[in-house]
Amino acid sequence: MNKILIIFQKEYLTRVRNKTFIISTFLLPIIIALFIVAIVYFSVHNSEKNTIAVNDASGAFLNSLKSDSSQVTFVYDNDITANNFSQKGYAGVLIIPKQGNILKDTIRLISEKQLGITNEEYIKGQLGSALQKKLFSEKKFDKNAVDSILATSVTDVYEFSAFQQKEGKMQQSNFWLAYGIGFTSGMIIYITMMIYGMMVMRGVMEEKTNRIAEVMVSSVKPFQMMMGKITGIAAVGLTQFLMWIVLIIVLSSLTTAFLPHDTLQQVQHASQNMPNANSAQSGEAISKIGEIKHALSGANWILIAFCFVFYFTGGYLFYSSLFAAVGSVVNEDAQEAQSLSLPLTMPIVLSFVIMTTSIYAPSSNLSVWASIIPFSSPIIMMSRIPFGVPGTVPWWQLGLSMTLLVAGFLFTSWLAAKIYRTGILLYGKKPTWREMLKWALRKG
Amino acid sequence: MNVLEVKNLRKYFATQKAVDDVSFGLQKGSIFGLLGPNGAGKTTLIRMITGIFYPDEGEIFFEGKKFDPTNDAMKIGYMPEERGLYKKMKIGEQAVFLSRLKGLTKDQAIKNVKEWFIKFEMQSWWNKKIEDLSKGMGQKLQFVITVLHEPKLIILDEPFSGLDPVNANLIKDEIYNLAQKGATIIFSTHRMEQVEEICDHIILVNKGRKIVDGSVAGIKQQFKENLFEISFDKSPDTESSHAFEVIGKKENGLIVKIKDGYTSNNVLQFFIQQNSGIVSFSELLPSLNDIFIKVVEGTPLARQFQPVTA
Repeated sequence: MNKILIIFQKEYLTRVRNKTFIISTFLLPIIIALFIVAIVYFSVHNSEKNTIAVNDASGAFLNSLKSDSSQVTFVYDNDITANNFSQKGYAGVLIIPKQGNILKDTIRLISEKQLGITNEEYIKGQLGSALQKKLFSEKKFDKNAVDSILATSVTDVYEFSAFQQKEGKMQQSNFWLAYGIGFTSGMIIYITMMIYGMMVMRGVMEEKTNRIAEVMVSSVKPFQMMMGKITGIAAVGLTQFLMWIVLIIVLSSLTTAFLPHDTLQQVQHASQNMPNANSAQSGEAISKIGEIKHALSGANWILIAFCFVFYFTGGYLFYSSLFAAVGSVVNEDAQEAQSLSLPLTMPIVLSFVIMTTSIYAPSSNLSVWASIIPFSSPIIMMSRIPFGVPGTVPWWQLGLSMTLLVAGFLFTSWLAAKIYRTGILLYGKKPTWREMLKWALRKG
Repeated sequence: MNVLEVKNLRKYFATQKAVDDVSFGLQKGSIFGLLGPNGAGKTTLIRMITGIFYPDEGEIFFEGKKFDPTNDAMKIGYMPEERGLYKKMKIGEQAVFLSRLKGLTKDQAIKNVKEWFIKFEMQSWWNKKIEDLSKGMGQKLQFVITVLHEPKLIILDEPFSGLDPVNANLIKDEIYNLAQKGATIIFSTHRMEQVEEICDHIILVNKGRKIVDGSVAGIKQQFKENLFEISFDKSPDTESSHAFEVIGKKENGLIVKIKDGYTSNNVLQFFIQQNSGIVSFSELLPSLNDIFIKVVEGTPLARQFQPVTA
């Protein structure tokens, strides 16, 4: 036991004092933030801008197609044909035939290169609404009145609130908040399980190729060596989370400190009177901050934080001992490590994929079972918990999932220790899966 | 009482009888040579003594009690043939870490490391990393780490490979020193001249079996071929006698093999009668190298895989 502690300290301290740890701790959130910003930016600004000539022989659409300068600009010119649009500098030409029966003639969109799907959809949409307008006016409806009726949503007239009822208590539920928390924590567990699992594997490989393993196993049991390493790296991960939490608290209190006092009071006011907050009075930004604060107060942060630490630790322990076993059997060959670790990375990737769909239906059969089976439970259960315990996730499911995860990592570390013990001193030949299974099942 | 007593040790792997019924005993303070060609089973034997492997059969007694790897490991220092240390870790910390794993407290470990570093003039290495060291320096460090926790039994697998003569002597002196202080040393190698120089007791294993066991002098006696070298100031007239046969000639000398039933006195008498002036007469004992080659010869160089039927 004491020796595990010495190895734990060594693994922890050498990693935490490493410059790359400090850099990655502060850089990773920035990189993730930049990544999200980049995705949003490109999805908004990535549309093609094209100028399309409209050759409207029917005259039915004349001046009724609206241009959008960020997407498609329409220019009406009946001299432009399929033969000369590119010479005149147009990306394409929309040829509308003379009106026979307007609903059955072919409208042709001719372009040199394939127009993007957003452009094409935009053109179709414009044609559609121009057509509607024309039909409405033929039937003597007021297009604008119809539009405004069609655009009415229930929240323009009523308040809409979703509640979860549990044990007689009503709680306001907020899908998007739960989605955000669930997705983020699932994602973080996914990334860290991969990163730290690989870290364990590389650490074991290093010990093996450096031949320090033999010196080590003459003073400690291979099991102690493995557990010391695994727990040490887990502590590195938890330290990193802790630093991120501190970072978030510091940053948020800094922003609070720099906001003027009366603004804060208004935010307070806005968040207290949230449903009736009058954005005209308190200004757009303040009401937004108040809205966020109000929304965030709806989550059970203590339970979420506890479960997050539990599922991170459990999931990490479940997989990392297996990663250690894989590290112990490979030699210097990086490719070998990759092919042998594939059976471990596959279920992790798969559970992430399941999460991206199960999070929209946190009570579906797939979600429930995937959150109970230890192979996927760390990611899936973490994505369900923000939707409410015991509303969406009954206590029995949480209990079963946690018990199975603990049992699971006890089993995997027992199994891995046996493979590790033999593998760590074996040089030269790459063992087959059958041989590894034999080591694992061997007594003693 | 023997510090280490190994009785009928066996370890079979799937394709090999790596160690097959080996027994020996080690006296306190002795320097013991474990010899054998490549793949003879030396490393497997050592791994069982250090508690890395469990023997399939047989028993190991350490200081009179049944060997218990968990508790006795701290009394053993093992320097494997394949050296290894953490490349990125600072040398001082690494030495402290490894000796703490052997059961020293942190303070004791730091104290011992400092003493040894001063002794081997390595003080400036404390904050360096292994990757900054040359191969020989790494070897020296590995030796220091092996003996840091003052083990009762020190096992050195090829300790001098890669060392220059100066550092090899430094370590050799330290081995004598440790033996004098009561540590017992097992020395595994196939460099025979070192064994002859250092060890007082050797065993030779081949194909997992012990084939020679004894003191260096005793083994030489056991394998001697009654060869003598004689040198003269005047060559004898005749060299043929029923007492010996001439094996080789040298300038002013002969190498003779005394036949069974005769002694060196018969040889000397023969030459004295001829009035050849004898300058020197000495027995030619086989070197360990010769014995090694003789014993191992005839067995295939590389060990063949054999099915185990047991």
